[in-house]
Amino acid sequence: MSAILIIEQVLNGLQFGVMLFLMAAGLTLIFGVMGLINLAHGSLYMVGAFAAAAVAGATGSFVLALIAALAAAACAGTIVEIVVIRRLYRAAHLDQVLATFALILIFSEGTRWVFGSFPLFLDIPDYLSGPIALPGGIEYPLYRLALIGAGVLVAVELWWLTSRTRIGIQIRAGENDREMIAALGVDISRLYTLVFAMGAALAGLAGALVGAIQSVQVGMGEPVLILAFVVIVIGGIGSIKGAFIGSLLVGLTDTLGGVFLPELFKVFMDVGAATQTGSALASMAVYILMSVVLIWRPTGLFGMRA
Amino acid sequence: MSDVILSTRNLSRSFGALKATRNISIDLRAGEIHAVIGPNGAGKSTLIEQISGGLRSDSGTVHLVGRDVSALSTQARARAGLGRTFQISALAMEDTVLENALLGALGQSGRPWRFWRAAGEDRDLRARATAALERVGLAGVADQVTASLSHGQRRQLEVAVALTLSPRAFVMDEPMAGLGAEGSRVMTDFLDGLRGEAPILLVEHDMDAVFALADRISVLVYGQVIATGTVAEIRVSREVKEAYLGEGA
Amino acid sequence: MIGERYINGLVLAGFLAVPIWALAMDEPFTITLATRASVLAMAAVGLNIALGIGGLVSLGHAVFFGLGGYAMGILAHHAQTHAALDLGFLAIEGSRSMPVIWITAVTVSALAALLIGLLSLRTTGVYFIMITLAFGQMFFFFSISWSAYGGEDGLSIYVRNGFPGLDTLVPIQFFGLCFTALCAALLLHWRLRASPFGMALNAARQVPRRVETVGLNPMRLKLLAFVVSGAVTGLAGALFADLNRFVSPTMFSWQLSGELIVLIIIGGVGRLMGPVIGAALFVALEHFLGGLTDFWHVWLGAILLLIVLFARGGLIGILTGKDGPRV
Repeated sequence: MSAILIIEQVLNGLQFGVMLFLMAAGLTLIFGVMGLINLAHGSLYMVGAFAAAAVAGATGSFVLALIAALAAAACAGTIVEIVVIRRLYRAAHLDQVLATFALILIFSEGTRWVFGSFPLFLDIPDYLSGPIALPGGIEYPLYRLALIGAGVLVAVELWWLTSRTRIGIQIRAGENDREMIAALGVDISRLYTLVFAMGAALAGLAGALVGAIQSVQVGMGEPVLILAFVVIVIGGIGSIKGAFIGSLLVGLTDTLGGVFLPELFKVFMDVGAATQTGSALASMAVYILMSVVLIWRPTGLFGMRA
Repeated sequence: MSDVILSTRNLSRSFGALKATRNISIDLRAGEIHAVIGPNGAGKSTLIEQISGGLRSDSGTVHLVGRDVSALSTQARARAGLGRTFQISALAMEDTVLENALLGALGQSGRPWRFWRAAGEDRDLRARATAALERVGLAGVADQVTASLSHGQRRQLEVAVALTLSPRAFVMDEPMAGLGAEGSRVMTDFLDGLRGEAPILLVEHDMDAVFALADRISVLVYGQVIATGTVAEIRVSREVKEAYLGEGA
Repeated sequence: MIGERYINGLVLAGFLAVPIWALAMDEPFTITLATRASVLAMAAVGLNIALGIGGLVSLGHAVFFGLGGYAMGILAHHAQTHAALDLGFLAIEGSRSMPVIWITAVTVSALAALLIGLLSLRTTGVYFIMITLAFGQMFFFFSISWSAYGGEDGLSIYVRNGFPGLDTLVPIQFFGLCFTALCAALLLHWRLRASPFGMALNAARQVPRRVETVGLNPMRLKLLAFVVSGAVTGLAGALFADLNRFVSPTMFSWQLSGELIVLIIIGGVGRLMGPVIGAALFVALEHFLGGLTDFWHVWLGAILLLIVLFARGGLIGILTGKDGPRV
């Protein structure tokens, strides 16, 4: 096991982590501010990916594809918020789960209707394709490195937005006290729509960015959605900082676990059994991580006490 | 000195920098109604939670009938004989009035692990629940859904559930809250008769009721007991006047 | 408005009438559909104990359904390959007998529910939903990566397991078996709901602090409810596997957990017959809409959305005019 392999896998883990963060940031904001569990967040990820693939296919421009992903997901988010989601803010968790589960069914089948069941492909643009040489003789795909950069950039922007701007102060005030912020004359319903659309846009962006390294297909959102839930539960629901740290933890655990757990088991098992046990355990690793965190801290690492 | 049923010694609890209660020592003696009064934010709710087990204390002890219950959970304190009522009615609103009372009776029986025969068909449970409802005058509405009760009736049911427990001591959090003049009078009369059964630690804002009922009063200000005494003593206490009315010393 | 009792009676009568009619008309496929509905209903009746009475929004009940399924799959697999399951310290013979499989399924899923419940019930609200979902995913991914029992491809069992005195390969007989199991689960729910335990559990859902102040432990009540619930859903899983003669990781999928909740909501959460009505409707929609359009899930989604937004009590709520318990 070489150092280069380890560094590569760590980078892969980080790349996966920051993409999860794009999903988790929206989820955690939506939960923190509006108290809503949104299972349909994965559908917005899918909408972004499909919009990007369609626009890239028509124009050949990756930048236009990303803009389309952001716009389509934000639009879909706004419409869904206005038509369905805003009726659910004060509803029981069960209602939120079910209504957004219903939205998944509608989005998934609707997309299948429009685009068919075959996966679409979104190509990495030429200027981002190919490997890049890193110090220490490591060759790493430039695109993945760009993803890490993009994710970190978004994280910094989000941090700036929530802690340094007027809208961020309103958002944080909304988390603490709905009545107060309404009394201050902020249009709470518009603020909510805005937050939801923002979360949706981030999900759409993530879908488009990841769509270029995986296939774009119906159902692509749900596995990511569930991992994003794991992230925000580990980080503490409502905390952007928690979402960031949780994302990296989950990204690294999942990636490194898959590679190194089978190796680890080879130390004291025969190769076949080690591969079997190691990969089985690795596939469960993030969920085990989450359970351990919740048992230790029932409201996550940075969550407020219930 | 008469029998002490419930007592706290030096109970304290802080929330961050806020000291909600500080060194509270209160005795509840057999046969008495001991009122705890004080302005909003004085720590009354915190004190009740500390006594009933909803909040851990930072320091201090709670004794019930001579037994140290400080480390016990809410359930265990209830089983040890603490009958608590809530300021905002905590009732199963979807269930009938009788079912709410049955729940108390079930808690008193200590045998919830029965899975087949209907709770309403258990004679002992039913007798205990019905008796409590009759005492507060709710027998007539026993089969109504609790959500359909008036506010006053809910307050009465709140007390009835505590009655089914046959507790050694009652801890009542503003039983008069939201009651009109007539409702308060009925409740006052009822509590007046109850003290012989088990003493009542009464947190209450309605001063007419407090002065009519209390054998002794403790005044809580900024988390501390600033005075304890009979109604007459408290009425003339300078500290109390200062605390309540801000009169110069 | 119709009384709930009449609805309950009508539903059960309908459930019996359809397969009997199908038998007379010689339409075995309809009997199979009715069997499928019974088994799904039973799984949801199990969940309804935790969800409807105890208010536990478990998004991981597929764990128990899948464990029941794999209990059948693994035992039958070892029986059909004539190789005992070697655990090192003990060798377990496979089995083709439904009673043996059922006991195993119930035991295993009850134990899993005890363990998952102990850990999950430390949390509440969204965290509970998420941790149950996470346990579901754990089992899902484990079953995919564990190749000894088929991994992602699942496990086929060639001949349906046997039940003393019955020919389980005859559709109507197997339906009778599944329907009887469903009735037993309904009887359990019904008695449990009225019992002291059910009353306390129902109150623990609404006002946990009240339950504490009368001296009962809401956590223990909920834990036991979760175990019973998991066991019933587990048994349904074993029957489901026998119905299809096939088990696969999809029995552990979170979509299945979601669908179980959906069945309950369509019929009416916390209602005795809610899951039964929901399952019947679900299977009917799947069959008829699925025959008309490939995209029937859109319509399922729309129906579900309408029910959540405008008819909190589900179909029973609409028919009786009463909203029913709030979860």
